[in-house]
Amino acid sequence: MNISEYAITVKNLTKKFGDFTAVDRITFDVRKGEIFGFLGANGAGKTTAMRMLCGLSVPTSGNGCVAGFDIVSQAEMIKRRIGYMSQSFSLYQNLTAEENLRLFGTIYGLSDREIKTRSQRLFQDLDMESMRGKRVGDIPVGWKQKLAFVAATIHTPEIVFLDEPTGGVDPVTRRKFWELIYRATADGMTVFVTTHYLDEAEYCNRVSIMVDGRIEALDSPENLKKRYDADTMDEVFRTVAQDAKRTE
Amino acid sequence: MAILNALIKKESLHIIRDPRTLLITLLMPLVLLLLFGFAISTEVRNIRICAVVDRHTDETRAILERFRCNEYFDFQGLVASTEQNRMLEEGLTDAILILRSASGNTESQIIVDASNTTMAQAATGYIESVVSGQSGNSPIISSTLYNPQLKSSYNFVPGIMGMIFILICAIMTSVSIVREKETGTLNLLIVSPIRAYTIILGKLIPYFILSAVILAIVLLLAYGVLGMPYSPASIVNVVLFSLMYILLSLSIGLLISALVRTQMAALIVSAVAFMLPVVMLSGMIFPIDNLPVVLQWVSAVIPARWYIAAMRKIMVQEISIEFLVRELTILASTTAVLLTLAIVKFKSAVR
Amino acid sequence: MNAIVDISRLSARYGRTTALDDVSLQIDKGELFGVIGPDGAGKSTLYKILATLMPPVSGGASVCGLDIVKDYRDVRSRIGYMPERFSLYKDLSVQENLKFFAALFGASVRKNYDLIAPIFRQLERFPDRKAGALSGGMKQKLALSCALIHRPEILLLDEPTTGVDAVSRSEFWEILRSLKNQGITILVSTSYMDEANLCQRIAMIDRGRILGTDTPARLVDRLGERLFAARADNMFRLLEELRRLPQVKECYTFGATLHVVVSDDFDPQQAARIMENCGLKDVDITPAKGTIEDLFIKLTANEH
Repeated sequence: MNISEYAITVKNLTKKFGDFTAVDRITFDVRKGEIFGFLGANGAGKTTAMRMLCGLSVPTSGNGCVAGFDIVSQAEMIKRRIGYMSQSFSLYQNLTAEENLRLFGTIYGLSDREIKTRSQRLFQDLDMESMRGKRVGDIPVGWKQKLAFVAATIHTPEIVFLDEPTGGVDPVTRRKFWELIYRATADGMTVFVTTHYLDEAEYCNRVSIMVDGRIEALDSPENLKKRYDADTMDEVFRTVAQDAKRTE
Repeated sequence: MAILNALIKKESLHIIRDPRTLLITLLMPLVLLLLFGFAISTEVRNIRICAVVDRHTDETRAILERFRCNEYFDFQGLVASTEQNRMLEEGLTDAILILRSASGNTESQIIVDASNTTMAQAATGYIESVVSGQSGNSPIISSTLYNPQLKSSYNFVPGIMGMIFILICAIMTSVSIVREKETGTLNLLIVSPIRAYTIILGKLIPYFILSAVILAIVLLLAYGVLGMPYSPASIVNVVLFSLMYILLSLSIGLLISALVRTQMAALIVSAVAFMLPVVMLSGMIFPIDNLPVVLQWVSAVIPARWYIAAMRKIMVQEISIEFLVRELTILASTTAVLLTLAIVKFKSAVR
Repeated sequence: MNAIVDISRLSARYGRTTALDDVSLQIDKGELFGVIGPDGAGKSTLYKILATLMPPVSGGASVCGLDIVKDYRDVRSRIGYMPERFSLYKDLSVQENLKFFAALFGASVRKNYDLIAPIFRQLERFPDRKAGALSGGMKQKLALSCALIHRPEILLLDEPTTGVDAVSRSEFWEILRSLKNQGITILVSTSYMDEANLCQRIAMIDRGRILGTDTPARLVDRLGERLFAARADNMFRLLEELRRLPQVKECYTFGATLHVVVSDDFDPQQAARIMENCGLKDVDITPAKGTIEDLFIKLTANEH
């Protein structure tokens, strides 16, 4: 098996807080260019696991590799090669769309020239020319979300982590956002995404479902539906997650 | 009444469950009082002094001898007149005393390094009195009333009290209310059938009690450790004035909470708009009479000025209350106005 | 019985932005009524006005026959309001929060316990746990308990299921159904379109305007479009290729399939052949039943 096939490999990853095992020996791989859905009930340990993958938290035991770097010893290298976007769109509200991109580009060490050409292209591709000079606070939510995605990927990371990127967003905007994700993977980016909308789980190449700190199911949506004799991912999720003991 | 009880109980739990804030509020007055009472002092000691003497006489010898013996001075000896500027410039001495003999009389000149004005003023005064003390021509008999040792703690205790209550009452009340705005719990209080003044009382009473505890700590320290003079009558007056001042500070906190949306804003408004003027303009550190006239007018509307003035009179001069009518009237009316304003604003904000 | 909540021509503004634009709604006693719309549609503003937290700019509303502006104090004791954000005291325990909110309304926890018992049962195990340390699902149950403890006639639940996982969400709807059976009128808002079917009637709201009010089934009938579900081995390419067909009015992802809104001259077999000629495999195009989400997309599409 060629390791470079994988964007993420994780083996027996565990995180304990005192007596509490938030993440319990999870093992999985994410292939390059894949859309990987990371599902789980509230409190199942998704956020903790994701923080470890992004190099923000040190695992208690086990190991993992993200973008070819060890999550413990090479966390700083990982941070340069991944993008991260959360539900709360971490953009600066009183800067314009362009200023935000320039800021994030600079943070990731892009040259002025690179930032210029890339943001030019992105604004064009996304039909966002008119939003360029507007302050983010004044931009409609759908555009803001797109912009957040663009800011998280301005440095063309190998992997982008999306933490509930579509929470509360209207159905049309949600779909447009997913088309954006598809387009990014077509360019070879790997997408690691969490969501509470289970119809969105259907859009993923593969999906894992976490329950009480463990990965209880991991496969393509199609195979999961077959295995649990379900019509939708919603049913699959309920079947897998209903026995969750952890109420936190 | 049951509702008010529930509100007070809830607020007390908030206070107790945030031990860090509670500790700071209880320790801050303690630290401030001890710091100003012991460590920081405006008395000037160990003034380094050199003398330039063109011709020694009995008189000059006597003067120099007095400097040698005086505990406030560190007499560094005689220097040549050509040296005097260098000594000052290089900071090797704080003051130079020049004694010239002219037709039997001794003329004296004092050169003081005034880069520290407080020290320079005190030093000049001391030097004059040491020099003139001998001459006999113009004896000055000075006696300082009320604070014969010129202890700086006597000066600072009232000032610190003026600051602490604004700080604690205004900040804690406003932050605790605005926090409820931020978390949304204030909305839940509003949509319940309780009335606005119940919410207000539910906030003011717990912080009033907490402030009273702090007052007790401050007074214990002031009388017990710092040795402020006390009499039963003065303590009654101190408590009376302080409780009114606490109520006034709580009203300020309430007013702030009605006007701002975030805890950060509440903190900044309390600190900048209310505490800074207290420190700068209330006479706590800088005497009001030394302020430019415009700032003197400004200081007249700062309640802390009147509170501190009253505290000085009561605690240091031990004056009885009939001489404090002006301060009492001003404080009482300001409290009434602020409290009314705060209640009106708060009620309209929560309706 | 007249409408227990009667909203007529209500408008609201924040500064220059219009949050609600001429909204009228009637909700019957004992109804489980859903307000469905995305973030920023005006749901929370509607709730704030009904909860007497904010006056309307124009128009009015009555709750239990009481005017929300004039009789606001009486309205407050009839409603139980659960705001969008978790708004309990995080540093107080489960028990302390419940007791405090009971005291505010002069209610007794013991007397009204039967109402909240099914909800509170899971929380009983840790009465001394601080509210801030509860999980999302548990917080939501505690908030609902606190909103119910004074036996309100109407429950105003503003996005109670946002950010809550699918299992807790279906549990929550189960609870709402049982509360409805006890005669409580429930006005619940959500941004999850699939929750629409769990309500008796819904109002679809977007950008401050009501797009339609009816039972979910009757609303879906209004869709009035030919709809197909399509799938193939490469869904993203299928989406792009289908959009090129002149008979396709609209094509969007819908769970595991694409939904294709088409004109009358669309032939599914022919379309499938064209797709296979483009190099797609396992192409399958079958008639599909519309949902509230399809209707929502149709009604809002031209705004995007």
